[in-house]
Amino acid sequence: MSQLFSSSNVKLLTNPLNQENPITVQVLGICSALAVTVQMKPALVMALSVTIVMGVANLIISLLRNTIPPRIRIIVQLVVIATLVILVDQILKAFLYDVSKELSVFVGLIITNCIILGRLEAFAMSNKPWQSLLDGIGNGLGYAWILFVVAFFREFLGSGTFFGYPVLEKIGLYQTGYVNNGLMILPPMALILVGVIIWVHRSFNKSLIESK
Amino acid sequence: MEHINLFISSVFVNNMVFAYFLGMCSYLAVSKTVKTSVGLGLAVVFVMFITIPINYLMEKYLLREGALAWLSPQLAGVDLSFLSFIMFIAVIAAMVQLVEMVVEKFSPALYNALGIFLPLIAVNCAILGGSLFMQEREFATVWESATFAAGSGFGFFLAIVSLAAIREKIKYSDVPAPLRGLGITFILVGLMAMAFMGFMGFKI
Repeated sequence: MSQLFSSSNVKLLTNPLNQENPITVQVLGICSALAVTVQMKPALVMALSVTIVMGVANLIISLLRNTIPPRIRIIVQLVVIATLVILVDQILKAFLYDVSKELSVFVGLIITNCIILGRLEAFAMSNKPWQSLLDGIGNGLGYAWILFVVAFFREFLGSGTFFGYPVLEKIGLYQTGYVNNGLMILPPMALILVGVIIWVHRSFNKSLIESK
Repeated sequence: MEHINLFISSVFVNNMVFAYFLGMCSYLAVSKTVKTSVGLGLAVVFVMFITIPINYLMEKYLLREGALAWLSPQLAGVDLSFLSFIMFIAVIAAMVQLVEMVVEKFSPALYNALGIFLPLIAVNCAILGGSLFMQEREFATVWESATFAAGSGFGFFLAIVSLAAIREKIKYSDVPAPLRGLGITFILVGLMAMAFMGFMGFKI
């Protein structure tokens, strides 16, 4: 047990949260991160789906890594991911129909989410199953927290709610003349928010600053 | 007229990059110089223009509920639409492989310039996204889907080339250190998206 959670294994889980964050450092999986963050709920469902797909896909590819011929590895990886995504999509349609309608094509686009393929190529193809599973979950969580931060600000400032609960209305801020910022719900603000997150993140991690 | 309208609206109003954030990864990674971005943009236009109509035909004659009726009336009730993700991605991956071989043969310079990003077009969300939007919008004919494909591809081309042009210039400005590179690019794309919002509701 202690060997399973040795310090190098724990690092696999925690590194993607900060130093090797998939979104702000590796620049992977941006598309879905921006598109599903209008509200917290779809962001949560999306983050969960991506984490599960990534963990399981990493595990499967890692188990198969010695039998996959290198020439056709991309197709094999895509088939594994696509199968998992179809499962997730069918489950969402069955149990969370309204959220699945809201996410529309973006559930399908998990297949081409570059984080997953990137991690399969970079990690699972050359590492043992347990480490790969941890790496997949770690990167999923790193993706998730950026999603939450962006979705929190966009929902809070854009519609004054938190997980659909009207916080600002309950406090009574609207009587004082406060108005929601409609621009927050529109696409451009998602990009600018991620830009600001990168700015803040790199101000604290000087090592990540790009050279001129 | 319908087709011109569809083309214009998929280039400007429903721009793949600015309205749906599709293809962002390669969009941000390859847009450092105008030259490589033109190459990637052309590759995306080409692959999209081929794959979306093919996927349209697959959807219409194989996957949709009742689509198999042309084979035999007994199959009229079969609904294979849950297979659409895997079929679409298979078509795309195969086409990308083909494009890669053609480019390698006829333009080794472009092949070297694109490097890893050519195979990665297979996982460019804009391409699969185009096919999925095609499925969602239920076009009436294959020509309409081809127009949509051309428009979406050209929209991506326009977006990536213009961003690359801006990034070539921004190298000479004094950006705050933590914002350098990726951060300022995000904010730039945000401002460009705001500009493109001006096209909303635009029709001929």
